[in-house]
Amino acid sequence: MTTNIKNISIVKQKSSRDDLTMRVCMILIGLFLAIAILLPLYTMLSKSLENKEGAFIGISNYVEYFSTPSLFLSAYNSILLSAIGTIILLLVTFIYAYALTRTQMPFKWFFKIIAIIPLLTPSMLGGISLVYWFGNQGVAKGLLMGESIYGPIGIVMGSVYWVFPHALMIIITALSITDARLYEAAVALRTSKIKTFFMVTIPSCKFGLISAGFVVFILIFTDFGVPKVIGGMYNMLATDIYKQVIGQQNFQMGAVVAVVLLIPAIIAFSVDRFVQRKQVALLSASAVPYEPKKNKGLDLTMLMFCSFIAFLIICMIGMAQYAALIKFWPYNLSFTLDNFNFDLIEGGGWSSYFNSIRLSIYTALIGSIIIFFGAYLVEKGRGFSFGRNVFHAIAMIPLAVPGMALGLAYIFFFNNPNNPLNFLYGTMGILVISTITHFYTVSHLTATTALKQMDPEFESVSASLKTPFFRSFQKITAPICMPAILDISVYLFLNAMTTVSAVVFLYSTNTRLASIAVLNMDDQGELAMAAAMAMMIAYTCGGVRILHAIGTHNILGKTQRWRSK
Amino acid sequence: MHHENAQPYLQIRNLTKKFGEFIALKDISIDIIENEFVCFLGPSGCGKTTLLRVIAGLDIQTYGSIIQAGKDISSLPPSERDFGIVFQSYALFPNLTITRNVAVGLENVGMPAPKVQHRVDELLELVGLVDQKDKYPAQLSGGQQQRVALARAMAISPGLLLLDEPLSALDAKVRSRLRHEIKELQRKFAVTTIMVTHDQEEALTMADRIVVMDNGIIEQVGKPEEIYRSPKTKFVADFVGTMNFLSATIVSNGTAKVGDVVLTCDTEDLPVGSSVMVAIRPEEINARNITNSDSNIVQIEVLHIEFLGSFCRVKLGGGDLKDVSLRADFSISLTRLLSIKVGLKLKVSLPSKLIRIYLTD
Repeated sequence: MTTNIKNISIVKQKSSRDDLTMRVCMILIGLFLAIAILLPLYTMLSKSLENKEGAFIGISNYVEYFSTPSLFLSAYNSILLSAIGTIILLLVTFIYAYALTRTQMPFKWFFKIIAIIPLLTPSMLGGISLVYWFGNQGVAKGLLMGESIYGPIGIVMGSVYWVFPHALMIIITALSITDARLYEAAVALRTSKIKTFFMVTIPSCKFGLISAGFVVFILIFTDFGVPKVIGGMYNMLATDIYKQVIGQQNFQMGAVVAVVLLIPAIIAFSVDRFVQRKQVALLSASAVPYEPKKNKGLDLTMLMFCSFIAFLIICMIGMAQYAALIKFWPYNLSFTLDNFNFDLIEGGGWSSYFNSIRLSIYTALIGSIIIFFGAYLVEKGRGFSFGRNVFHAIAMIPLAVPGMALGLAYIFFFNNPNNPLNFLYGTMGILVISTITHFYTVSHLTATTALKQMDPEFESVSASLKTPFFRSFQKITAPICMPAILDISVYLFLNAMTTVSAVVFLYSTNTRLASIAVLNMDDQGELAMAAAMAMMIAYTCGGVRILHAIGTHNILGKTQRWRSK
Repeated sequence: MHHENAQPYLQIRNLTKKFGEFIALKDISIDIIENEFVCFLGPSGCGKTTLLRVIAGLDIQTYGSIIQAGKDISSLPPSERDFGIVFQSYALFPNLTITRNVAVGLENVGMPAPKVQHRVDELLELVGLVDQKDKYPAQLSGGQQQRVALARAMAISPGLLLLDEPLSALDAKVRSRLRHEIKELQRKFAVTTIMVTHDQEEALTMADRIVVMDNGIIEQVGKPEEIYRSPKTKFVADFVGTMNFLSATIVSNGTAKVGDVVLTCDTEDLPVGSSVMVAIRPEEINARNITNSDSNIVQIEVLHIEFLGSFCRVKLGGGDLKDVSLRADFSISLTRLLSIKVGLKLKVSLPSKLIRIYLTD
């Protein structure tokens, strides 16, 4: 130590023009996120503390809420049914995922495809099918032994159906990341199969199971479609918001219910994030993938189990398809395409289907560009780590916000005549913004993961070669991450096609959507037409999934030369 | 290559780098001459890579300054500095062909397409990969990829070439071949080069000068022979090459006592009674034709023999040294000549000029 450190000032690196441009871009996208998520949520929170005249009344609304048994009861109902649904789903999906990842069961590809089906339909479709199976004129009504499908039983069944693929994806991932060496070690130490299962398998996917549990819970807890269609008189939080706002025009109480819905979701979300961070630490770079061995007994048992689950899924979608194609259940079972004549009734119409297509295309295109570019700026930006961390934190919020709460928050925020963005209200624009925001987090995480897998030194090399950032983004980052970008756009497309929860508050007569039309048709007792419209959504989503598979295959094929060793 | 009176190309002054509480670099100062090949050598975590990244501007120092070609670059972002860089991971753009990879930097400085093509061909010619130019990086071997990375870094003729463990990901044979190739290319390009490595053999064979680092400070700077023959600190003596360390006490000016044996050596004016380490390299221990004119003759016994291919590492102890032992490297022919086997008693000489003394810490 020869110099006097005290006299030397800390060196601050100058920012290059690229650094500044990237920061400006990131701040712009960050501002978009703040306007699309933070401000509306803030407006909703303050609404819940106001009376009908708009005066601040503190927590009086909450006191009223919790002292009104009928309102409070729905919170209890929501928690109870979500818990039951979560337990059922964890058990079923764990076995299903285990069969797909850890056995040599035949026809895995078939079971993988079947498991995706519920993702392609709005959550209401399960409810509609259940009505046909177990409703007042249902085919299999007798199986319920006198119980009504309209209520908790129907809600749990419908929820389990549409949440199944979500849970399955998480658990499959958790089961796929085990190190085969651990099993070889267990065998070498002569550990019994059952002991190995509890000593190696369960601990290694413990965090995945916990994470799946929370995700499933939030999905059921905040879902609107299933209880709306099959809930009958049984009150849930999500349907309560709808009733308070659309039925009674009581916006303040709607805001209170939305906040009550928001809090458990945020808690569950935070715990999940915490758990997931632990999961990453379990993975070592030297892990070897597990290759399941043949085991006749196990493979056959699993085949039977998966066939049964696949049968149930096919029954659900099959019944909706059947219902869409027959004249008048249960009296005239001849086939017809009349149910696709959507223009015959109010609140539906083919225009709503095409609106949905427009919304999905806009959301997929604009959304994947904004989200991927935003994730790129956060991941690959230099310096300004405060701003990057804030951006990342804001991008995490939408996952914790239930669609119903988001939609209501948008009413409060955008419908305010004093808001300069008021012109968006009732347009396709607000539907696109709300849908991008609603599904921002998962897409952002997909993009971040893909970006993290790239060699961090690409940026260093690009800087030394004086490559402007937009050039390296366009020539290098985007092409390498193209599969992830396609994944994001398809994810956004499918969700925009099937979502109801946020948009149910935001559509206007000109921007009615197919999923909303399903709700309206169901409301008007046009169940067959609702089934037909739900199936239109399913065909479209199925078609897009196939196109995506072909597209990804082609891209990988084209780039195979540089991807393969 | 080390021109004492030349104007330094890179002047690093009082660099300190903190990561939170952790100090990665402590007050580092060093000059690098134009066209010189310098290696930063040290164990992992010693700060060598941090120092390289600070020079590139990929990390920014907390204190201190860097002057390159007379220009203060201390606070410039990497894109405004003049360097080419090669990483251990190659970091070739996987979706661009070899040609396009090398061309990127040239296109960025606005070179017209025909000239770019000409320059790319010239560079690929130099690294011997012209016939691979339309392939993608994943289709090349590791060694070939690293040569492409080198060509890409040199394309824009940077004033400074930075190599971050460029050979560490390669297997042994390719590594030793690439050593010579890189060194050759560096001479042809006549570019000032800094290479970070933890491999002492790499540093000794390639560098004009070696900077040995540990714990964020520079332990010694010198030519490879200097570093190897006269390590200034115990750390350098231990890290570079193999060294016997024997606990000893200074008994007079010019002698130190190990066990019962008094060895003559340069005691560097250390006071009598100081606890020191006597250090000698295994290959300097002499067992051939020992006569009374040899210094420090010790009667000793063979305890263990380790066969290492071209030579044997022999563990010697007992005799005059009692329970102190040391390793000696004997060539195969010497082993044969002396019929070295466990239990053999022999005389060896520890040449006093080759003994170094370090204070015990």
